Parts: sequence; structure tokens; C-alpha cells
Amino acid sequence: MKRIYFDHAATTPVKKEVLEKMLPYFSEIYGNANSQHMFGRDAVKAVDEARDTVARIINAKPSEIYFTSGGTEADNWALRGAAHALRGKGKHLIISSVEHPAMIATAKQLEKDGFDVTYLEVDKDALVHPETLKKAIRDDTIFIGVMTANNEVGTIQPVKELCEIAHERKILFFTDAVQAAGVLKLDVKELGVDMMSFSGHKFYGPKGVGVLYIKGGTRVDPILTGGHQERMKRGGTTNVPGVVGLAEALRLADEKREENAAYVASLRDRFIRGVEERIPEVKLNGHRTKRLPANADFSFRYIEGESILFHLDLAGIAVSSGSACSSGSLEPSHVLLAMGIPEETAHGSIRFTFGPDNTEEEVDYAVNVLADTVKKLRAMSPLFKVQEGEKQYV
Amino acid sequence: MYNEKVMKVFENPKNVGEVENYDAIGTVGNATCGDIMQITLKIDGDVITDAKFKTFGCAAAIATSSTATEMIKGKTLDEALKITNKQVVEELEGLPPQKLHCSVLAEEAIKAAIEDYKNKKGA
Repeated sequence: MKRIYFDHAATTPVKKEVLEKMLPYFSEIYGNANSQHMFGRDAVKAVDEARDTVARIINAKPSEIYFTSGGTEADNWALRGAAHALRGKGKHLIISSVEHPAMIATAKQLEKDGFDVTYLEVDKDALVHPETLKKAIRDDTIFIGVMTANNEVGTIQPVKELCEIAHERKILFFTDAVQAAGVLKLDVKELGVDMMSFSGHKFYGPKGVGVLYIKGGTRVDPILTGGHQERMKRGGTTNVPGVVGLAEALRLADEKREENAAYVASLRDRFIRGVEERIPEVKLNGHRTKRLPANADFSFRYIEGESILFHLDLAGIAVSSGSACSSGSLEPSHVLLAMGIPEETAHGSIRFTFGPDNTEEEVDYAVNVLADTVKKLRAMSPLFKVQEGEKQYV
Repeated sequence: MYNEKVMKVFENPKNVGEVENYDAIGTVGNATCGDIMQITLKIDGDVITDAKFKTFGCAAAIATSSTATEMIKGKTLDEALKITNKQVVEELEGLPPQKLHCSVLAEEAIKAAIEDYKNKKGA
């Protein structure tokens, strides 16, 4: 059976060129980047080059790039590290209600430590409105975090505008750009952000390596304490092959950024058109135009997401579900609920994320399979009552 | 996460739909939690002669609905009432722990349908 991968927001394969660039750093140039001898110096050289590349692409200084174990660590570090560094100034933190769990769970833990957290409301398309942020800011607000683009529904936030509001009140602004890196143009000077996170495996780099950009002069405590790595800010032996791979992957993604985005968006639009034409009672989640080029997230009314996912899986199509049932909790996606989508509709949501290796044929095949699957599952749903030959829904 | 048996039953479930002129109906669960199971029965004397289901839910919910309706066909009401969620799970050769509540739903749907029948008969 042909296997089709429509889950590029979950992870992407490591590009061959990236892997080749990484391979020497496992067994040949294996030195610890913290060692002073020649083995260490060879490793440092590679890490420095990687840092320069990343800095150049996001328009930062190399000294502002910190390598981490991935997006989750970078998010944890930004939020927890800033909260602890600035607790003398205030105890109020603001994040959007549609942040990645790496942010939400960290914020919940900080609440237990005595911080107050405001989870910013979003509109029906998951957008954070500047007015909402203005109203939420207090005199003791020390941190504002809003993601660049949402991982579930693909909505792109007005980061620059939100950041300006934060800076008017002299509040630190962080953006989680895990879904945006390698896809959108990310210029930290243009955006104005104080911190930004991203993760290698989302743009055809390796898993287990990420970046936190910290603007010079920004106060943030380390959360991984240990050795002298990363200018005393992040302990732990540097993952040399990982950072080499991340930098190369980001460089390649940046080189073809516009071309890839245009192609992937054409697949996404073909898919959205196909689904909306063929399948009644569906809802595209997220903003129709302010959305990531790769993302199409749909709710299929009257049926449950996990059953859709497995029918597609049986047909060779890999997607992701916002359904509670896949996680074992009874709560559907916090993102969909924050957008005001009713729980029963949220349960029937599937995320399709395309990549440059996908084709129009794959998209058309998926629309066909999806139309059959939805029909089949609706026929067995007690919520769906359709008269033979006419469109009549409960 | 699911074993082959569960996936096979999920892919081609039996007894989908509503029994025509059913004698009993039981609906349990709610859409908020992502699980609704409806079982309809045809009953002759005290024997279940036909059983069908409609389910809004995950793969495990659909597989347990199919299996539970298969298990009660031809059984007397008392025999059907004795079917436990554990037996449904055994018939499916196991479910992941977080999906066990789906099998409870199947047991409850059978009980609700039989109760509906007894209430109608009593009335």
C-alpha cells in the first residue's frame, strides 16, 4: 500500500543533505565542545558555524542563539526562566489560551509557585486581538508570550503588533515559532521580540535539538543548571551533530522558503476546496487566510476524530487528530475549545499538514478516501439522521 | 495501540444501524465526552432476535458496539444482562487501558435497552 504523509506539523524527515552534514560529528569529529584540546576545538568550530548560520537567518547576533534539546525546553526556559528572573518586578504572566502544551503546562506550574497567569482569549479563528492584550496587561505584568503560528489550526498571530504593545509597557515579549520556523520569514529585529523558540525536526532537521533566541540584555534565569555550556546559561554537553543538522536544515529551508510555501499552499488550497465541495457539514478551523501554508484543519460534524484517523490510516494516509480519544483524556483540544467550537464538534477534528514532497494526486486520493470515510461513519452515528437522497441533518 | 482484532472489527463492524420496528432502545454516553452508543433490539418472548447499534465515538467504541451486539444476539434477556464489559474486552482480545471506558459503555447500552423494554412491557 502506498503511504501518504500528511502530518508535517508533527515532524518531518531529516533531509539527506542534512544527515550527510551531521554524520562526521558522531564518530570522527566526536570531541566535547567544552574541551580545550584539538578534539574539542574541532567540535567548537562546528557549533560556532551552526550558531552563525542560525543567527544570520533570523537576523540575530550569534551570542543571542542558545541551543536546547528542542522546542519544549526552549518554551520552558523562556517562560520559567523569565518568570524567575523578573519575580522581583512582578508576578503576572500573560500567554495566549492557544499556546502549545509546553507553555500552558509550564504556566500552570508557575501558578502553583505563586505567579498569576492570564490566558488571553482568542476569537473564533484563534487570533489574539491587540485590544485583548492591552486590557490584560497589569502594572505587575512581567512576561507576555504569544506563539507565531498555532500548531493545531495554523493561525498566524500578529506578533509584531502584540510585541509593540508589550514594549510600550516595557514588558518582555516571547514568541514560540516552532511551527513557523523555516516556513515564514522570521526576522527578530523586524518582529521586535525579546525571545523566540524553534525546533529542528519541524523543518527537515533532526529531533532533539532546538533554539532559544534571547536578545542581548534580556533577563532570564537558566533552568538547566550544570556546566559552562552556552555561556553559562544552559548546562549539558552540546549536541554537536544535532546543532550542525539544525543549522543546515534551517539554511536549506530558508533558501527555498518562498518556493516551498507557495507549492505547499497550493496543495492545501486544493485539499480545502475538495473537502468543502465533496463533504457537507464540515468546518475549516483557524483563519482562512492568516494561516500556515501547510495547514488544513477540519471538523467533521457528527463523527469522532479518532475513527476518521484510523480509517485514513487503513487507507495509507497519516494525519493527526484533535480528538480527546487519542490522548486518553475526555477533553478535546484546548485550542478548539478556546475558539468557541462546541465540544462535540471539536471531537471530530483532523489536522492535515502538507509538505513539499506531497503531490496533487495524493491530495485528490485523500479527499476521496475522506469523503467515503465520513459517509461511512455518519451512517453509524446516532447524531446524524439523513433522509435517503436529501440533505437533512439533525 | 489497538490489536489486529480490534482494528478488523472497527474496519468492518457488524450490526450497524437501527433494527426496524425495534422493541427496545438504549442510548448512553454524551457528545461532550466524545462517546454516544445507541443499541436497538428486536425481542421475541424473552429472546433477543436482532440487535443493531449506532455509535459516535472512537475506534474502540465502534469495535465494542459491534462485538457487544454480536454477543447478545440469540441470548435471553437475563443472559444478556449478565454480559460484562470484561467479556466484551476479552472477545476483542484486549483494549488499551485508556479505552476500557468504551467497553463499559457497551455494557451500559445493553442494560439501558433491556430496561427500556421492561419499562415498556410493564407500562
